[in-house]
Amino acid sequence: MKRFALAGNPNCGKTTLFNNLTGSTAHVGNWPGVTVEKKDGVYKKLSEPIKIIDLPGIYSLSPYTSEEVISRNYILDEKPDCVINIVDATNLERNLYLTTQLLEIDVPVVVAVNMMDVLEKNGDSLDEKVLEKKLGVPVVKISALEEANLKELMERAFEASEKKREGVTVLESKDLKHLVGDVKIAFKGKKVENPLFHAIKLVENDEIEAKMHEELLPMVEEFKQTLHDETFGNDIEAIIADERYNYISKNFSKVIVHSELAENEKKEVKETKSDRIDKVLTHKVWGLLIFAVILFFVFHLTFSENLFFLGGLFKDAAPSFEGSIYEGLFWTDGGINSPGVILFNFFDMSFSAIIDAVSGAMASGLGEGHWLTGFLCDGVLSGLFAILGFLPQILVLFLFFSTMEDTGYMARVAFILDRIFRKFGLSGRAFIPMIMGFGCSVPAMINTRTLADEHEKVATIRVIPFFSCGAKLPILVAIAGGVCEVFGFSSVDVITYSMYVVGVITAIIAVLIMRHSTQRGEAAPFIMELPQYHWPQFRALMIHLWDKAKHFVKKAFTIILASTIIIWFLSNFGWDWQMCEMEDSILASIGKFIQPLFTPLGFGSQLSAFGWVFAVAAITGLIAKENVIATFSVLAAAIVAGFEGTEEGVAEAVVMITNTGITWPGAIAFIAFNMLTIPCFAACATAKGELQKGTFKWTLLFWIVASFIGASFVYCFLSMFSTDTLAWAIPCTAVFIALGVLTVFYLRHYERKQDSKLA
Amino acid sequence: MLKKLDEFQIGETGLIKKVEGEGRLRRRLFDMGVTPGATVYLRKKAPLGDPLEVTIRGYELTLRKSEAALVLLEVEEKK
Repeated sequence: MKRFALAGNPNCGKTTLFNNLTGSTAHVGNWPGVTVEKKDGVYKKLSEPIKIIDLPGIYSLSPYTSEEVISRNYILDEKPDCVINIVDATNLERNLYLTTQLLEIDVPVVVAVNMMDVLEKNGDSLDEKVLEKKLGVPVVKISALEEANLKELMERAFEASEKKREGVTVLESKDLKHLVGDVKIAFKGKKVENPLFHAIKLVENDEIEAKMHEELLPMVEEFKQTLHDETFGNDIEAIIADERYNYISKNFSKVIVHSELAENEKKEVKETKSDRIDKVLTHKVWGLLIFAVILFFVFHLTFSENLFFLGGLFKDAAPSFEGSIYEGLFWTDGGINSPGVILFNFFDMSFSAIIDAVSGAMASGLGEGHWLTGFLCDGVLSGLFAILGFLPQILVLFLFFSTMEDTGYMARVAFILDRIFRKFGLSGRAFIPMIMGFGCSVPAMINTRTLADEHEKVATIRVIPFFSCGAKLPILVAIAGGVCEVFGFSSVDVITYSMYVVGVITAIIAVLIMRHSTQRGEAAPFIMELPQYHWPQFRALMIHLWDKAKHFVKKAFTIILASTIIIWFLSNFGWDWQMCEMEDSILASIGKFIQPLFTPLGFGSQLSAFGWVFAVAAITGLIAKENVIATFSVLAAAIVAGFEGTEEGVAEAVVMITNTGITWPGAIAFIAFNMLTIPCFAACATAKGELQKGTFKWTLLFWIVASFIGASFVYCFLSMFSTDTLAWAIPCTAVFIALGVLTVFYLRHYERKQDSKLA
Repeated sequence: MLKKLDEFQIGETGLIKKVEGEGRLRRRLFDMGVTPGATVYLRKKAPLGDPLEVTIRGYELTLRKSEAALVLLEVEEKK
């Protein structure tokens, strides 16, 4: 099968074209660098099927970030039958810069001028014949969005792929031509493929090239000494970049014919709609505030149970479903639910109804308390539904983030936050994966590919789990609720909110420490294109949500399903493989074995009879954080006969607290531990895939250490305020603070030592 | 006299004369169209004064002050 590769600048519409050619559903965004790995699909409308490969966007063939190397290597090593170079008509000059480099490779090239719809809407036109004549390769005008001319593009590409093409260059100044020619001959003699391309890259002093052909470097160096350009001296890199751009502006500045109307308009008002929106959103004073408000509403609309703080004001207008299974769907006495919560409730209530129906039916068929009923309802269904129930809220959160991304606002967020992030040794780009972490760590970790610096990427991936994800929310709500009920505190939200803050503070401290020790380095340069604002495309948004939902459902039916079955089995069977009481189960004995480890955290050996439940819950949480409360509810039923669970797991937490004798600082430290420790299986697998080989085991260790230090600090610190103040709490807290200060001093010392070494 | 891009006032336009720095960073600047001969218009600064947003070769580019300090320009007189 023939293979056509799509190459072009980031954000030029490659993925939209790819989706329309192959009928695929890859995610598109208005954020440079959304495609971070190559994807393939099949085009079937020609006489033979064609494999289409969507490559990550690149500005040049001298790669800068890891995903850009993928594109270069693909074209050079995998030798596609044709490269379709997508060029953004509204930004011709910079886009053609890449074209001039692609033409140097011995591969058939077809140029697709995209976004013709936008150009024509402005009343402009483009003469593709001029381009075609000068570039020497077929040029087709298309609109990927409106699916215009795609057939013609593919036909021309097919034609081109039938013939061989030898690389040509636009570099024409005499001296340079001479040098490139010499190096090319040397490469040809060595039977190197694409001699022209490699020769030019070597002359340009390209990093990858210089490493591959060290033996030719002296020749290039020698020549450089003799070269003396009027403006640039012997700065070959500058001369080549300059020549490329000069070639483009000399030949193609007239290619776009602006309509008279547009010309006049341009003279009168230089400001476009995009500019006006931008002026508000990135305003000197209001920019940061507007962003904070937008962020607040995103979370408010997703998670709030008191929409717009209106209390119960309009609740009479909404159906109450009193007495039915959907009671409380739209509002509670606390207030009106947000769209996210309504969807969550809808799923959650439907699922409980299903479980009730199933268990009822089975009880009447098999008799009360049959093990199969327990297995299906407590083991399989409740575990499955526990995670599926979160799907709507996560989708709502994603809908907001995708909208922000698709409109081009996310790129501006990176722009306005860069200054703050640099203080912690990160670039503004690192903000996006971090904020995504509040939804789910998995997509957040994948997004770190857009970060140019490897150290920055590692540090970001490691702290992403500290931004408490949707699945950790139930732990917070249930235990905070339980603590308040048992110990008589009044405000659950203060505990929940401060736990989020603990997560963020830990992330900041961890990043600071890492960027000054193992992941040392200056904040990566921040040179980024800011795309034009545009309305979100409904299709693109839906594709993104569909992808997300698919991934999530798959996770529920695989990892979570398997782990709930295993937990159910382990908590119902003893070592003799016979069904037994929870207290004698395999799970209990494992829990008791590791329980002492958590003593410094307040939920270890100091607890009474059922103290092992916390250890067990922490372990099951490693598979998926939803398991923590799910485990509580399974165990609570075993501890208290005839136990009635509640939706939010507060009653379960109360049972745990009263039966184990845990103190409130211990219970809160347990929340902190779960927030900071190794994230779920899915997140670990993603981190492993994203990190370079050998880094993952250190990352695991980092999470374990961070959670132990963080949780024991929380435990010590809070114990100072506990009514049963323990004599050790004050000195322990003091030791923690002293150790912290020492670390800071050590790092400073270490840095100075490194600096003097470098100097 | 040449002026560094990070010393520009909002609304000022200049013609790039020289790009300093080295290695990957300089390469990246070139690849993004920041080459001698290009016209740069400083559109705005981020809320905390850094990074900058410029118009170059018909598109919007953002870069930090530290990177902008590598770009030397000839200020164009306002018409």
